[in-house]
Amino acid sequence: MAKQYETVIGLEVHVELATKTKIFCSCSTEFGGAPNTHTCPVCTGMPGSLPVLNKQVVEYAAAIALATNCEITKVCKFDRKNYFYPDNPQNYQISQLYLPIARNGFVEIEAGDKKKKVRIHEMHMEEDAGKLIHDEWDDTSLVDYNRSGVPLVEIVSEPDMRSADEVIAYLEKLRMIIQYLGASDCKLQEGSMRADVNLSVREMGSDSFGTRTEMKNLNSFKAIARAIDGERQRQIDLLEEGKPVIQETRRWDDNKESSHAMRSKEDAQDYRYFPEPDLVPIVISDEWIEEIRARQPELRTEKLERYRREFDIPEYDAQIITASKKMADLFEAASAICRKPKKVSNWLMVETLRLLKERGMEPEDLHFSPENLAKLVELTEAGTINSSVAKEVFEKIFDEDIDPDRYVEEKGLKTVNDEGALLETVQRVIAENPQSVADYRSGKEKAIGFLVGQTMKATKGKADPGMVNRMLREMLAS
Amino acid sequence: MEITRLTAVELGKKIQAKEISVREAVEASLDQIGRVETDINSYVTVDREGALKRAEQVQAQIDEGSLAGPLAGVPVAIKDNMCIKGMLTTCSSKMLYNFRPAFTAEAVVNLEKAGAVILGKTNMDEFAMGSTTETSYFGETKNPWDLRHVPGGSSGGSCAAVAAEECFFALGSDTGGSIRQPSSFCGVVGMKPTYGTVSRYGLVAYGSSLDQIGPIAKDVTDCAAVLETIASHDRKDSTSVARSSYRFTDALKDDVKGMRIGIPKDYFGEGLDPEVRDCVLGAAKVLREKGADVEEFDLKLVQYAIPAYYVIASAEASSNLSRFDGVKYGYRTEHYEGLHNMYKKSRSEGFGAEVRRRIMLGSFVLSSGYYDAYYLKALRTKAMIKQAFDQAFERYDVILAPAAPTTAPELGKSLSDPLKMYLGDIYTVSVNLAGLPGITVPAGKDAKGLPIGVQLIGDCFREDQIIRAAYTFERTREYERPQIAKEGK
Amino acid sequence: MANQISDETIEYVGILAKLELSGEEKESARRDMEKMLDYIDTLNELDTDGVEPMSHVFPVNNVFREDVASNADNSEDTLANAPLRKGQSFVVPKTIG
Repeated sequence: MAKQYETVIGLEVHVELATKTKIFCSCSTEFGGAPNTHTCPVCTGMPGSLPVLNKQVVEYAAAIALATNCEITKVCKFDRKNYFYPDNPQNYQISQLYLPIARNGFVEIEAGDKKKKVRIHEMHMEEDAGKLIHDEWDDTSLVDYNRSGVPLVEIVSEPDMRSADEVIAYLEKLRMIIQYLGASDCKLQEGSMRADVNLSVREMGSDSFGTRTEMKNLNSFKAIARAIDGERQRQIDLLEEGKPVIQETRRWDDNKESSHAMRSKEDAQDYRYFPEPDLVPIVISDEWIEEIRARQPELRTEKLERYRREFDIPEYDAQIITASKKMADLFEAASAICRKPKKVSNWLMVETLRLLKERGMEPEDLHFSPENLAKLVELTEAGTINSSVAKEVFEKIFDEDIDPDRYVEEKGLKTVNDEGALLETVQRVIAENPQSVADYRSGKEKAIGFLVGQTMKATKGKADPGMVNRMLREMLAS
Repeated sequence: MEITRLTAVELGKKIQAKEISVREAVEASLDQIGRVETDINSYVTVDREGALKRAEQVQAQIDEGSLAGPLAGVPVAIKDNMCIKGMLTTCSSKMLYNFRPAFTAEAVVNLEKAGAVILGKTNMDEFAMGSTTETSYFGETKNPWDLRHVPGGSSGGSCAAVAAEECFFALGSDTGGSIRQPSSFCGVVGMKPTYGTVSRYGLVAYGSSLDQIGPIAKDVTDCAAVLETIASHDRKDSTSVARSSYRFTDALKDDVKGMRIGIPKDYFGEGLDPEVRDCVLGAAKVLREKGADVEEFDLKLVQYAIPAYYVIASAEASSNLSRFDGVKYGYRTEHYEGLHNMYKKSRSEGFGAEVRRRIMLGSFVLSSGYYDAYYLKALRTKAMIKQAFDQAFERYDVILAPAAPTTAPELGKSLSDPLKMYLGDIYTVSVNLAGLPGITVPAGKDAKGLPIGVQLIGDCFREDQIIRAAYTFERTREYERPQIAKEGK
Repeated sequence: MANQISDETIEYVGILAKLELSGEEKESARRDMEKMLDYIDTLNELDTDGVEPMSHVFPVNNVFREDVASNADNSEDTLANAPLRKGQSFVVPKTIG
């Protein structure tokens, strides 16, 4: 009988914090920009430069720690992690090993219909590395330090996950918490959230761990799921063949759907950590923790509670909307303007979700303003435009954040609800469709629908269908 | 008038009084450099044009009354491990043979603001690792008192330049004695302030937890005035300390009555040259005669300072110097195959033997399996040494000691036995481990005519005590100039 | 208690420190390190049990910067000393094979 295996997974999640400046210098963290334009002596490792810690980094890290039930380390320190690589200008990374900012936390996840806790071993602050661009033509790499020194928090879980589904659920939960805190936008594609997967397999029922490998370069949930399945199978195959699993770091290639070991004789993986002499300890007092806690924005559970109290929207809608901070922010802001939360919710639940799916976007990518959504709700509610025009306008808002008032005006999309203006069209439709008129008069109620449709067509959709219906009935009744 | 023999503060006064122009002062220094530099080799870079241009600007500011400080217009030399924007900053290493920084070290910025005129950059042991200035890529500096001898190190260029009157004062850096020991060897006054007093921003790091910039000058008054100028609470250096007062010149008092001075017996045992011992004890006697209470005591742990120091300094250096890799600045080897070969060849060719030796040792003591046994052990030893000093300073205001076991050794005699060379740091390194201030003042000469300095060590943040003791002692002697300062060779 | 440093150790430390030593240099590095370590081992005479390792001499803590961007485009300064550059980037031998 074939052996049954269990997959044991722990995650190291790196999150780029949403500070305006880098962790140790006053350079901007803004994305883009020509190479090395967001750099200074500190983040390029110039001789004589010294780091000074950005206070906001500590506050974001502590906020994440509190929201993930961690214990905050009262006196934490930075250490140097020494290794040579060109994206690391000092050839050491300032990180935390001995006294990280937080330890012993957990988050609760739901995978399938099971709830479970994933424990957090520790969380630490560190600096990001620069970018290497490989020049295929002349066998060189180009180094850009714009990202060097961008603040990161690394969240190290215990090996508590057993499947790709649980891993995704854990990541989604972390992402939601951190986005709610405003501590990061957590975009996997852009690399502002990155996950390294530590995975081992063991025979079902065993209580000791197998040898684990670490997989890097996973930049989408799909890649993570595929890498987990691939690595699980690779390890099981090795064990079935009686070969050992080697503890190593592997790089996942999502195009080839396979991984390869990143070992080399020159990478000794002996980081020679020691306390960073250029930075002083961080003492986090109870008062400071309480200040950070007090400033903590409303998190998802509280928000959901409030939605149930304040807004008359279905539970399911509230769940979906609050699952994304961005969506919830849009909902609240638009509702506050137009005072029609139910209508706003409808736009988010139907058209927004449809377009997100169609465009392959995440809710966090939404970039239209709540003002324009609110205006659209008001336009439809006032009957200024009808629902099919409204959908067309919404798509424009979704893509280009246009001002619907101006757009409707410029394109002449206003519903025609002036009986005088419609009279001639209705009369013409009656004249051109004698068969349908006869059908209606002989009691075939459905025929009126055809006539309404013809009238709408003739007005290019701008007529108020209700008014057309009423006018037709009146005229055919006489 | 022989301008170069003036002290910095004397010159500053004459410049304010319009008796001497800034240009005359700068030209006097440049002339002296022209006369003696081929013999002494104090400088890596002399910025003749820059200094003359700056002299005009400073003179104009003095004339309009916007610069009136004691150092306005006074020519200064800067150790070549302090960054100056656009000026070659080599750390006396092939690794940085062509490096021009984009910013200026905070201590130098403070000097510039005070109107001092930078003459150039002085020679040193490569990356400040050494006690003789013989490990420089740009050739050794020679002792102005006897060209057959070393000036000490690592701030040997700065100390020799002051002694040979190629500048009016200089900045040095002190990680394990690199200001105090060469000051002793060259017969000048050198001071290492309390850790955190002078910003390290722009100082190319050797041992970050030990490095301090300090003044080197002809007398204690100059040292106090320079320290007053360069010290600041700098937000760019997280280890910079906000001092309650920066008025170090207030301590220039010819009075040690009732001052409690301790002499560590453990510093006067085996290994100390008898001539040095007698000279240093002679200084103690002078201070006693001036009214100080002088007594001997057991400092303890003296023999553990050097091993602890070399573990900590080498470990930090191995990390601090890893940035020199041929990617961003400095030397890159000509031929290489692949990244790691480029790293290894650039670093092996760019660094000299002593630097490589300390990087190897530092990498080893931090490597997997050895960290606790070596690095943590050294940090624990450091804590105990600090505690021993804390106890001593409960009883004494100042500790009086030699700066080095001997006078300046002959050229070429030190590097072949590194461990023996390290042992020469016995009286200086513990001051860095404990973060204390220390000053060396000339106290006499040996039979060969080489200077001997006496070291005065104070408690943390008590520069005032050692300045007062050093000033009082200095007032009992005449300043001696080497022959070469007077008329060239 | 003399320390014995193997050739492998010297080789390994060379990899960590990115230093390439010739045969002769390896030999002298080995000798120097053994001598230094023997000397450093004198620290073992000292009872440091219960002593907290001291990395900073003074109890200074919580030195922070506010999160305000003030650095302008410094790319020319950053690249000015580059041994090899291409446009706005540093050039290194290819890092991934």
